[in-house]
Amino acid sequence: MSLKLEARRQTAPIMVWLTPILAVALTLLAGSALFAALGFDPVQALHSYFIQPVSSLYGLAELGVKATPLALIAVGLAIGFRANVWNIGAEGQLTLGAICGGGVALAFYESGGWWTLPLMMAAGVLGGMAWAAIPALLRTRFNASEILVSLMLTYVATLILGMLVRGPWKDPEGFNFPQSRLFDADATLPLLMSGSRLHIGALFALAVVAAGWVLLARSLIGFQVKVIGLAPDAAAYAGFSQKRMVWFCLLLSGGLAGLAGLFEVAGPIGQLTPTVSPGYGFTAIIVAFLGRLNPIGILLAALLLALTFIGGEATQISMGLPVAVTGVFQGMLLFFLLACDVLVRYRLRWQGATPAAAPAPLREAAE
Amino acid sequence: MSFDIAIATAFVVAIVTAATPLLFAALGELVTEKSGVLNLGVEGMMLVGAVAGFAATVASGNYLLGILAAAAAGALMALLFAVLTLHLLANQVATGLALTLFGIGLSALIGRSYVGMPLERLPQLAIPGLSDIPFLGPVLFGHDLLVYLGLALVPGIAWFLNRTRPGLVLRAVGENHDAAHAIGYPVRRIRYLATVFGGALCGLGGAYLSLAYTPMWAEAMTSGRGWIALALVVFATWKPWWVLAGAYLFGGMTIGQLHGQGMGLPVPPEVMNMLPYLATILVLVLISRDATRIRLNAPACIGKVFHPDA
Repeated sequence: MSLKLEARRQTAPIMVWLTPILAVALTLLAGSALFAALGFDPVQALHSYFIQPVSSLYGLAELGVKATPLALIAVGLAIGFRANVWNIGAEGQLTLGAICGGGVALAFYESGGWWTLPLMMAAGVLGGMAWAAIPALLRTRFNASEILVSLMLTYVATLILGMLVRGPWKDPEGFNFPQSRLFDADATLPLLMSGSRLHIGALFALAVVAAGWVLLARSLIGFQVKVIGLAPDAAAYAGFSQKRMVWFCLLLSGGLAGLAGLFEVAGPIGQLTPTVSPGYGFTAIIVAFLGRLNPIGILLAALLLALTFIGGEATQISMGLPVAVTGVFQGMLLFFLLACDVLVRYRLRWQGATPAAAPAPLREAAE
Repeated sequence: MSFDIAIATAFVVAIVTAATPLLFAALGELVTEKSGVLNLGVEGMMLVGAVAGFAATVASGNYLLGILAAAAAGALMALLFAVLTLHLLANQVATGLALTLFGIGLSALIGRSYVGMPLERLPQLAIPGLSDIPFLGPVLFGHDLLVYLGLALVPGIAWFLNRTRPGLVLRAVGENHDAAHAIGYPVRRIRYLATVFGGALCGLGGAYLSLAYTPMWAEAMTSGRGWIALALVVFATWKPWWVLAGAYLFGGMTIGQLHGQGMGLPVPPEVMNMLPYLATILVLVLISRDATRIRLNAPACIGKVFHPDA
């Protein structure tokens, strides 16, 4: 007797939504084991990691603060992933968005108006799009892997930001710290809730989730995205342009990542610093998969992954846990999800040893 | 004159040191990819190898044990990847990314008590007499064990892949897994072996960073070398000797830009630090633009899910 995988005739719709829940449960189990191995009481550690930080109104608002960039980026990435366009460099596009949008804020320091923020947002989107246009161009023109190009550009973007805040954009009254001036009121996002850091970027994230859903479910380009991803040959036969799709997916995800970066510097951070993200661009990849590459699912997944960031920060302070635990949690979650996903396309079957002999005659014939 | 020789010697030795981690990782990934498996988790495997090698060396005081621990750690990470992609049929791109994210976190977690701990560099194997020859001595005979191991792996892997029957089978599995399966080759087992071997080499590449290149542990100390190694495999069009050339080219560039910074070129250090990443993009573009060449050399089944009953 052995356990065999049998391909399902069609994907199991219940499993599509059950496997993320199963993956979260398994991650919590494995997480308890990890906490125990580190010498912490697992129940107490899980409580202070996942429940304590969001048991106040401020904590819930923080959840929104951190879910905002995750959802914004993940919606763009998910549309690309569906079309087999692998933008792995959202972190770099986020950084460029922060640089371009932040540059506008610094250029109009104390000389702006109501138009400063819209201009910053436009600059942030364009910055992210420009950074994503490089892998798009190199992929469509020279066939270079967008995975590697977009990732390399992430390192370059971080270096550019570092160069700016240590050089020309350094705060003249900042005691030589590597950071820009604090943005003035015109260049700061309005808050949704006083006493918290929740800003209007969260509303944009919700709008992007809705728009992403409409695009995928109801629009022609969304249909093309799905066909190119599921059946490239059929898409080519139908005359859908693969190159246009690469451009569309990269520019869309780059622009959204750029907007997320601008929101970070115009909101929670309030200035340009050498690092503007704790890795939102990479975590958004997990968010996209956990949300089943579906914008509505992504919204839920973004909230959950936002919780891992908050929990990581909280336990670092309260229990002295290393902040790296967050990365381990996030990686485990994606592992378990990918492992459980086998149930969507395959069914487990107990099977005796006899039918497995089928290839044997072939083997004899070949030898 | 002798001063110039000293500088030149140091320069070449530094290039060898900078190239070795890339050489290990790219050779490992090459073998994995030749079997049809695309493992994007190189960065994660290198980091876990680096921290395992460092920790084991510190704990045992024995470099050999550290090197073995690094290889084992890289192999274990690759095994995780193999179970997910080969048995549970997960998407290889997504699983590779997960492996990198997981590796970054796990290595930081394991390594937190080793940050800032000093360690003596992996000793160079001096050959009495030969190593004392000016320039040629240190350049040819003054390296550590891992440098020689990496150099020996190049002809070894080239010979294995191109001249032996198991090597031919491995390539067949990578070119057409359905045909290889129909003939009766154990596709899955071969891919397991190739993936785990690749992981072990990535672990060694990481260990070279933490034991020899900069003998210490720091979070995310690979700083993108795993991704550069992935690009090198494409650059080399899946040929071991070209991997060697690529690794030394990149080692040379890394050291060149460090020297440029040291000499006080009027360029911000950040711009110099960008060079390896920009060069990687340039190299990728130059190689990939010839689509036919890539198609002829890339394993045809790379990244594809294999399910024997489908």
